Amino acid sequence: MPKHPKPRKKIGIRIAHWASLAVFAFFASLPFLWMLITTFKQDADLYNRTNNPFIFNSAPTLEHLRYLFNETLFVKWLFNTAWVGTLVVIITLALAIPAGYSLVRLGGRWGEKLGIGIFLTYLVAPTILFIPMSRVVAKLGLQDSLWSLVLVFPSFTVPFAIWLLMGFFKAIPPDLEEAAMIDGYSRFGAFVRMVIPISTSGILTVVIFSFTLVVQEYIYTLTFVTTASRYTVSVGVPTFLVHGDVYNWGGLMAGCLIASLPVVIVYNFFVDRFISGYTLGAVKG
Amino acid sequence: METASNSVESTFRTRKQHLSFFFDNEKVLGFMMIAPAVVYILALVGLPLILAFIYSFSDITIGSSDFSFVGLENIKNLISEFEFRIALKNTILFTAVSMIIVLVLAKILALLLVKDFKGKFVVRVLILMPYVAPISLGVIGWLWMLDSIYSPINWMMQHSGLFGPDFWPMWLGTPKLAMTSIIAVHVWRMLPLATVIMLAGLASIPEEIKDAALVDGAGYFRQLFQITIPLMLPIMMVAVLFGIVFTATDIIIILVLTRGGPYDSTQVLVSKAFYTGIDAGDLATGAATALFLFPLLAAVAIFMLRIARRTEVT
Repeated sequence: MPKHPKPRKKIGIRIAHWASLAVFAFFASLPFLWMLITTFKQDADLYNRTNNPFIFNSAPTLEHLRYLFNETLFVKWLFNTAWVGTLVVIITLALAIPAGYSLVRLGGRWGEKLGIGIFLTYLVAPTILFIPMSRVVAKLGLQDSLWSLVLVFPSFTVPFAIWLLMGFFKAIPPDLEEAAMIDGYSRFGAFVRMVIPISTSGILTVVIFSFTLVVQEYIYTLTFVTTASRYTVSVGVPTFLVHGDVYNWGGLMAGCLIASLPVVIVYNFFVDRFISGYTLGAVKG
Repeated sequence: METASNSVESTFRTRKQHLSFFFDNEKVLGFMMIAPAVVYILALVGLPLILAFIYSFSDITIGSSDFSFVGLENIKNLISEFEFRIALKNTILFTAVSMIIVLVLAKILALLLVKDFKGKFVVRVLILMPYVAPISLGVIGWLWMLDSIYSPINWMMQHSGLFGPDFWPMWLGTPKLAMTSIIAVHVWRMLPLATVIMLAGLASIPEEIKDAALVDGAGYFRQLFQITIPLMLPIMMVAVLFGIVFTATDIIIILVLTRGGPYDSTQVLVSKAFYTGIDAGDLATGAATALFLFPLLAAVAIFMLRIARRTEVT
C-alpha cells in the first residue's frame, strides 16, 4: 500500500479548485493590473467613460513615464528611500545580530524572558508613538530631515530582526562554537568567526525585511517630514502627485508600479522565512 | 632582571585577563552584546510610550514648549465628544468585520494553496502582491479603481449586467459604501499575510496524524474540524492577534482613500488622533485619542505571552 494514497481527483473538483484560485488571484492583483494599464494609456483614452477601460483604445504612450521621471521628484524619492533604507539596515544589523546571539546563547533564563519582552515591543505600534515621537524628533532638531527617519525606523525593524535572528542562532549547534573556543578563540571570536558566517542567510533575510519595512513606512514620514524633496517614495507619490483635487492618474500609477515591483520580486524569495518571525515559535520549521 | 620580566609578564597577563574578562566571561559579554539594542528600544519605544501617557494627561500643543497637567480632562472631553464615539465605534466595526472576513477567506485560500498544482509559484506571487508592495501605493491603485467617474469596477459590473445601466455607485462618496470599501481594501491587504501564516500552520500538522485519520476513514469535513482546525488553533490565535493589532492601528488605507470622510463615517481612533494631534497641533488630545488603543494592545500582549508560555511547556 502506498504511503499517501491519493484518490484520483475528479475533473470537476480540479476545475473548481483552479477557478477559486483564479478569483483570489484576480482580486489580489487587480489594482496592479489596473496600474499597468493606466501607466501606458493616453489621457484621452483614460478619461472616456464609454471606452473599455481594460484595453488600449488608442496607441499606448510613454508620456506618463516621461512626466514621472522628468517633471516630478520621483527619482529623488527613490533615492531618499534607498539612502534611508541602507542606513536603517546597517543600524538594525549592528543592534540585532549581537542582541539575538546574546539572548540565545548567553542569556540563560532571563534571555528568554527578555526575548519575549522585545517581541512584545512590536505590538506597541507607531500609531501610539507617532505623536510623542514627533516631539522627540523636534527636540533633537531633526524635524523635516531624513535623519529623523534613520533614527526612528529601527524602532520597528530591530525587535523583529532580533526575533528572526534568534530563530537562526538557535538552529546552529553549540558544538561549533565550542570547537572554535577549544581552538583558542574567545567566545566573542567564535561568534564573529563562526556564527556570523554561517548565519548569512538569516542576516540576508533581515536585510530584505528591514528594507521593505522602510519602503512601506508611511505615518512617521508623513508626521516628521514636510519638504517635498525629502519624502520617501511611499509618502511622496500619494502626497505630491496629487495637486489639490487634480489627479495625474497616469503618472501616479506609473510611480506606484515602478516602486512596487522590485520589492514584490525580491520579497517573494524570502517570504517563508518571515513567517517564523510572526508565529512566535508556535510552529516549528 | 627577573622581577622586571615577571612584571612585564604579569601586566601582559592582566591585560589579557582584562580582555578575556570581556570576551570570555559569558555574563559580561552577554550583557555587552544585548545592551545597545535594549538601550535603543528603551529610548525609542519605551520613552515615547511614557510620553504618550504624560501628554494624554496634559495640555501640550505643537506650538508651545511647556505644558501643565490637566488630569483626566482630555479623556473626559473625548468621551463626551460625539465624533470621538463615532471613531471608537468605527474602529471596533472595522476591526471586527475585516478580521472575520480575513480569517474565513485566508482559511479557504490556505486550503486551496496547500495542494500541489501547476503554476503554484505564479499564483503565490500574485496573491502575495498586496502585502508585499508598499501599502500606500497599492491603496492608490484602489483609489483610482474606486474613482467616482472612471471606476473600472463599475464598468465591469455594468457591462456584465450585474449593475443596471443607471446604477453607478460612488464607492468613497457615501458613508456606508465608503466603510465597505475601506473594509474590502483592508481585507485585500491582510489576506496574504493571514494565508501564509495559515499555510505554515497547515504544514506543521504531522503527516502521520493525517494518514492515521485517513486510514480510520475520517471524511474531509471531519478531518477539517476535528484535526486541522484544533491543531492549528495556537497559530490561528497568533494570526488573529496580529491581525487585530494591524487592523486597529493602521490608518494608511483611511488616510489615502477617504481621510475619514464622508461625514466621519470612516474616521477611526488613529486617523482622528492624526488629524487632531498632528494636523491641528493639539498633541494632548491626539495622544489621548491614540491611547484608547492601549488596553487593546495590552490585552493582545497578555494573550501572546500565554501562547508563548504554552508552546514553551510542550
